[in-house]
Amino acid sequence: MQAPMANYVASIGMEVHAELATRSKMFCRCPVAFGGEPNTRVCPVCLGLPGSLPVPNREAIEMVIRTALALNCKIAMHSVFHRKNYFYPDLPKGYQVSQYGETNPLGYHGWLELANGKRIGIRRVHLEEDTGKLMHLPNGGAGVDYNRAGVPLMEIVTDFPPDITNEEEAKDYLVELRQILVWLGVCDGKMEEGSLRCEPNISIRPEGTEMLGTKSELKNLNSFRSVQLGVQFEIRRQAATLDSGGTLLQETRGWNESNESSYAMRIKETENDYRYFPDPDLIPMVFDDPYIEGLRSAMPELPLAKSQRYQRDFGLSTKDAERLLQDRETAEFFEEAVAMKGDPKGICNLMISEFAKQLNEAGLSPRQSNISPAHLVQLANLLASDTINSKVGKEVFAEAFKSGAMPDAIVDERGLRQIDDHGPIVESVKAVLATNAEVVERYRGGQTGVAGFLVGQVMKMGQGRFNPQLVQQLVREELERT
Amino acid sequence: MTAADLARAYARRELSVREGVQSSLDRINEFDGQVGAFLKLAEDVGDQADRAQAMLDAGEGTPLTGVPVALKDNLSTRGLRTTCASKILSDYVPPFDATVVAKLKEQGAIILGKTNLDEFAMGTSTENSAYQLTHNPWDLARSPGGSSGGSAASVAAGFTPLSLGSDTGGSIRQPASLCGIVGFKPTYGRVSRYGLVAFGSSLDQIGPFGFNVEDTALMAEAISGHDPRDSTSLRHAPIDASSVRNGSLKGLRVAVPKEFFGDSMHAGLRAVVEQALDTMRKEGAILEEVSLPSIQYCVTTYYIIAPAEASSNLARFDGIRYGPRAEGSGHISVVERTRAEGFGHEVKARIMIGTYALSAGYYDAYYLRAQQVRGLMVQEFKSVFDKYDVVVGPTSPVPAFKIGELKNDPMALKLLDFCTIPANMLGCPAISINAGLTDGLPVGLHFMAPPLADERVLQVAYATEQALGATMRAPFP
Ligand SMILES: [Zn+2]
Repeated sequence: MQAPMANYVASIGMEVHAELATRSKMFCRCPVAFGGEPNTRVCPVCLGLPGSLPVPNREAIEMVIRTALALNCKIAMHSVFHRKNYFYPDLPKGYQVSQYGETNPLGYHGWLELANGKRIGIRRVHLEEDTGKLMHLPNGGAGVDYNRAGVPLMEIVTDFPPDITNEEEAKDYLVELRQILVWLGVCDGKMEEGSLRCEPNISIRPEGTEMLGTKSELKNLNSFRSVQLGVQFEIRRQAATLDSGGTLLQETRGWNESNESSYAMRIKETENDYRYFPDPDLIPMVFDDPYIEGLRSAMPELPLAKSQRYQRDFGLSTKDAERLLQDRETAEFFEEAVAMKGDPKGICNLMISEFAKQLNEAGLSPRQSNISPAHLVQLANLLASDTINSKVGKEVFAEAFKSGAMPDAIVDERGLRQIDDHGPIVESVKAVLATNAEVVERYRGGQTGVAGFLVGQVMKMGQGRFNPQLVQQLVREELERT
Repeated sequence: MTAADLARAYARRELSVREGVQSSLDRINEFDGQVGAFLKLAEDVGDQADRAQAMLDAGEGTPLTGVPVALKDNLSTRGLRTTCASKILSDYVPPFDATVVAKLKEQGAIILGKTNLDEFAMGTSTENSAYQLTHNPWDLARSPGGSSGGSAASVAAGFTPLSLGSDTGGSIRQPASLCGIVGFKPTYGRVSRYGLVAFGSSLDQIGPFGFNVEDTALMAEAISGHDPRDSTSLRHAPIDASSVRNGSLKGLRVAVPKEFFGDSMHAGLRAVVEQALDTMRKEGAILEEVSLPSIQYCVTTYYIIAPAEASSNLARFDGIRYGPRAEGSGHISVVERTRAEGFGHEVKARIMIGTYALSAGYYDAYYLRAQQVRGLMVQEFKSVFDKYDVVVGPTSPVPAFKIGELKNDPMALKLLDFCTIPANMLGCPAISINAGLTDGLPVGLHFMAPPLADERVLQVAYATEQALGATMRAPFP
């Protein structure tokens, strides 16, 4: 699609639904899992059978509060569940238990900071229950799978008017948010499985005007890329419509991944009246300061703060820091090693190169491997002190990864310590020069580049243990001597 | 025979459980054609009786072991059809027992069958059942009251010594009053609602009917106690039936709200109630007239809160997962037709009232305002309970009315509920006992006590019952 003619400003609100990684559902004890035979994880409560009653899942409530704290929200010390009433086959009770109101949701009025420093306002973080899933049956009919019905669902909604103004920010916001959710262990973040769902609403207005334009809501986005492309498409589609004198409709649009375009799903003529009211089957949630402060003080340091600290205190580059912050386990592993008086840069280098490579090949996480933070500290020290060179370092690491032996022990056992004594090195240099008289002639004839070959031969004689700088220096001295 | 008599007979081996149960069944088979209390009888009564007998023989009996009980048909019974007297649940067989039902089974009570009610417990005459009429055993031309009319009639007719009902705005106490028996609504949260098909969730309470207070208290003890499946269930011990006999009227501080004795009160019924109050005074109770002006708003308030909650509670009956499903093109059409065919007139009316009261733009004026009035009522009663032990009055301003008499005047019927509704608004315990007869029809006396004072209200009811003399059996047949 063409870039717009007139200049427009876009406003993008983000509504994110995250299925919580609890063991059981929101109001019953049915297990939470993905997939499986339809209607095998159901009970009278999540099927909404007459007479059944909900009992709230404390784990879910705590997860939402922890997320709200991570998103700098205020916490509602008195918070109630509401019923959102509407009819749909995937909704077993004819209402969804949710949370309504400006200051009633568990978390409200917070913000998330993007890597570029921009703050995206968060309006609410609330807790609700997921619905079932409509399925088309092979015989042409339709069925409903209620395995997902009642799974705890957290809804995170950005401020209005929205702070996000382009597709890049929309994607960055989602990347950042997902990282926090996964970091806190409250959601597995699998967009492709639908455990993290994003529905942006997009409007544009001519530059210099205040009134927000007519918005469209985008559904079926199941990757970061589709969020970015979808928002971009909507901005351009709306601009093209306005440029050609058309009017925009308030509508819900679906994203078609295969042809990378959106299509109209339904027009919103009037706002639905959901007849929210406090659910009389659930008593209000009341929290006290010690409880909230306890959760606050138990909060882990979040990725963005860690990245800034790694750069400031350890002198790491942004890119290296981010590689360590791929997941919480890797970051914690790194910090443990640093805490053992290891060299941060050296440990970082090991982690993002050899260690990452071996883990990837073995399909393991750091803690699942034979390597402990202490291994990394020893190896980094051996390298930093030139006790071994980097080539030997790789060999030592491979052995440690395989057997779990400590690097110091491997080096001692195999006699891998670097040789810094001039005596043996000079002896080898002389021997190499003697057997390569022709090459030496070429050097002296001005082809100085061949020195590298001679250095390599000397290193070979030293079985890789000679100090490479020293070898280089001594080869050159020997060549220049006569 | 009362439940206590039956238990004694079992203990003395004068009667086997099968014999005790059979005499109930014989009476039902002979007379329920005229009364219409039961919608369905259980098919496994013989097995239940054998299990109860085994419990008794092993010395593991409880006061209710082998005692036949009837259950209002809005209580879920595993494997036993539960219709709520509605066509929309005509074929619904629950896969689980309500907590109260599970408790009764554990204690060896015999679940004899399911009783008639106003559809989804909406009504005060049991005339709103989609299936049948229930007749008052004192006068078969008259209504047993409602909505738990079937359960009240079962005890009054001597079919079962005990039964269970549910009370959202008087649905246990009013039929108890009209049928001359005892009906008790415990404190909200003291009996689990799990398995009770919801009407007005913040008002609903399961409670027992009995021939006398002692029996009623036994049943209350059997079904009460904390239930982790019900978030609104209170962490409190079961109601203590053994304390019931400890009650005395001497020095009891009794408030008599003048609003309960209004112009709508039937003259003969008023005389019986006044006489009962005199008896209480003679026994040493200190009665004082008080005024609780909020009582005049209770019916209006109730008819906003209960329908609002009902409109949401009944949304699940869409024909998708259970119950009959009407044909239609598309989901909305199927749901509309299923509900149009499945619900009766009164249920539809209340769903519409409730939907309206919760609608955007009306919520503040109706539902929110009603909740505020409810809060005011709680405060007003609290100040009375600070000074008095119990509040007394008639249960209903009129004795049993003729079937069909008020059918075309639903408003008049609703206005009769002002004596019983406050207890649901407050969530407090309340009981109706028989105070005597007017023109051959029973008159109920109604006691309320503050929340959690269930034992007190039972004790006062017991002492008053003793002071008034022997309880009366319906002249049936
Ligand atoms: Zn479940």
